[in-house]
Amino acid sequence: MSLLEVNNLRTSFHTRNGVVRAVNDVSFRVERGETLGIVGESGSGKSVTCYSLLGLIPQPPGRIEGGRAIFDGVDLLNCPKETLRNIRGRRIGMIFQDPMTSLNPYMTIENQLIEPLLIHQKIDRAVAARLAVEALKDVGVPDAESRIRSYPHQFSGGMRQRVMIAMALITKPDLLIADEPTTALDVTVQAQILELINREQQERGVAVIYISHDLSVVAGFCNRVMVMYAGRVAETAETLPIFRDPKHPYTRALQRSRPALQPKGVELYTIPGLPPDLSKPIEGCSFAPRCEFAIDSCHVDATRLERVGHEHESSCLRVQREKLNLK
Amino acid sequence: MPEAFLELNDVKTHFPVERGIIFRRRVGTVKAVDGVTLALKKGEVLGLVGESGCGKSTLGRTILQLIPPTGGAVVLAGKNLAQIPPAELRTARADFQMIFQDPYASLNPRMTVFDAIAEAMQTHRKVPAEKMAEEVSSLLNKVGLASRYSRKYPHEFSGGQRQRIAIARALAVQPKLIVADEPVSALDVSIQAQIINLLAKLTREMHLTMIFISHDLSVVKHISDRIAVMYLGKIVELGPAAQVFERPLHPYTKALVSAVHLPDPELERQRQRIILAGDPPSPMNPPSGCAFHPRCPFAVGECANQTPRLETFRPVHEAACIRLREVNPS
Repeated sequence: MSLLEVNNLRTSFHTRNGVVRAVNDVSFRVERGETLGIVGESGSGKSVTCYSLLGLIPQPPGRIEGGRAIFDGVDLLNCPKETLRNIRGRRIGMIFQDPMTSLNPYMTIENQLIEPLLIHQKIDRAVAARLAVEALKDVGVPDAESRIRSYPHQFSGGMRQRVMIAMALITKPDLLIADEPTTALDVTVQAQILELINREQQERGVAVIYISHDLSVVAGFCNRVMVMYAGRVAETAETLPIFRDPKHPYTRALQRSRPALQPKGVELYTIPGLPPDLSKPIEGCSFAPRCEFAIDSCHVDATRLERVGHEHESSCLRVQREKLNLK
Repeated sequence: MPEAFLELNDVKTHFPVERGIIFRRRVGTVKAVDGVTLALKKGEVLGLVGESGCGKSTLGRTILQLIPPTGGAVVLAGKNLAQIPPAELRTARADFQMIFQDPYASLNPRMTVFDAIAEAMQTHRKVPAEKMAEEVSSLLNKVGLASRYSRKYPHEFSGGQRQRIAIARALAVQPKLIVADEPVSALDVSIQAQIINLLAKLTREMHLTMIFISHDLSVVKHISDRIAVMYLGKIVELGPAAQVFERPLHPYTKALVSAVHLPDPELERQRQRIILAGDPPSPMNPPSGCAFHPRCPFAVGECANQTPRLETFRPVHEAACIRLREVNPS
C-alpha cells in the first residue's frame, strides 16, 4: 500500500470573479521513502494540491469539492480535525518557500523547535531541548547550543531554512512536503539546502514531495515527477523517462525553454501565449491553445490521465490515440 | 580597440551605517560597490552576475546615476555622468534607461499603457501630439503587444506582458544604454524565454548596449557577450560569456556554475557539485584579504592577507585570485 494515495482531488476558490478551479481532478501516490517532484508554473495548482491535503486552504474562499487522500489508511480530507492535527503534528512535515515569513518572530528558535514535541509527543521539556540541539546540529547550524536561544531575525535566509527543515523533521515524520524550499535563497545557498534535503531523505528514508517550478531542479534527485498544468496533471512518470521520452507536449516545452543546455546565441525555444484563466470553463485540453501539436479535436475533447507506458501516464489525447512521438 | 562606449573607472558606492535617534553616529560603511573598472563597446551585452548583497544592483543604479557614486567616474560616450550639472544630467537621461525586476511594482497602476509610454516620449523627445498614437503603437508592436492594448491599465496584463510594457517604456526615449535589473526573475519559466528572446532581438536590431543583471548564470550566459561576476562589491571574474560558463577561472564562479541545474537527470547525477560552506558575508564587515577566502575550497593562509586584483589568465578572460595557476592547472 502506498504511503499516500490521492484520488480525484478537486479544490476551488469562490471569488468575486467566479469560481477558480485551482485543482481539478488530481490523482497521484507517494510510496514510502521515495521522492516525488511536482512541477508546474505559478497557478498550475501544485501548491494548492499539497495545502489541500494538510487542510491549509483558507475556507472560504477555498473549498475542497471532492476526492480522497488516503495517508496510511486515513482519509485526510474526511477525518476528524483532531486526527488531522495529530498527523500534521508528527507524521507529515512541511517546509515552506519563504523562511523569512514562516518562522514566528516572537519566539526563540528553541521554543519553535520543541513545540511539536511538547504538544504531540508529550516529551519532557529538558529532553525536548536536547533533541532540538541535536536536530539543529544535524542540519548544519554551527554553534547550535548557543544559537538555539536566538530569534529568527538573527539568522540568515539559508540558516532559517535549515531551522525550518530541522523543525519539519524533528518529529521523525514519514512524509516531508517541501514547497519550493530554495526559491527565496541565493544560488550557492540553494545548493546547500538541496544537498541537505537529499541527505536527510536518504538517511531517514522519509518520503518527500518536492514542489518546484523548475524541471531541472527536480531532475537530480526525484524518483518520479508529476507535471501539472492549469490545475490538472499533464504527465507523471519516473524521472529518466520524463526527460528522455516525454509523453506530453507541455513537459517537452518546459524542458526546451531552459537556457542551460541550449547553444548560445540561438533563439530560445518558447511556449507561445499564456496559461488559461481558470475561472472560465475550459473546453478540450487546457494546453491546446499553446501546443504546437494540437489538432482540431484537442480543442473539443475532454482529457483524462491515461497509462501510456510503463509507470507512465499522460493526458495528451494525441499521445493516447495515435502514439504521437515527442522525442 | 575601438573607443569604449561606457567606461567605469574605479567606481565606488559606499553607504554610511548610522545609529541613534537624536545623535546620529556613523558606525560603519557598507561598501556596496568597491572599485569597479569596466569598459563596454557600443552594442555589447554585459551580464552581471552575483548573489544578493554583492552590489550588482547598486552598480547598475550607480551607472544610471540613480545613486550617486562615492568615487570614480562613469563615462558614457565621452561624458562623465558623475560630474555633469543636474540639468544636463536630466537631458542626458534619455540616453540610458532601466528595466526593473518586478513589473508589478514598476508600472503606475493609475496610468494606461499609452500614458506611461507617452509620458516618457513627451519628456525627452517632444514628439508632437498628433504623431504620439502612431509612435506608441509601433513601439508596442516592437515588443510583441497589439496596439489595441494601449488603453488598458497594468492590472489587466500578466507578468510577462507587463515586462513587455516596461521594456517599451524604456525604449520610448530611444536610449543607447539599457540596464536590465533581473528582468526575468519574477516571471514563470515559459515566459522567461519569451522575454530573453525579445531583449536579445531588440539589442541586436537597435544596436543597444545592455547591462543584464541576474543571479541566474544560465540565463546570463545565453544573452550576454561577456560576463562579469561580482562578489562583495568587487568584480572577481570577467570574460567572454561562453568561456566563463564553460571554463570558469575563479573558485567562486566555479561554485556558481556548478549550482546551475541541468534539465537532464543523467548529467545532473554525474556532475561534481561544489557546495560552498556558510553564507555570503556581511558587506559591512567584509573578510580581510580576498573577501571570498572563508568560503573558498582552495584558500590558503595567504588569501586572508593579500587582496587579489583582476589579472589576465587567458586572452580577454581575467579573474581576481592569487592562486589562479594552482586552481586552474593547465
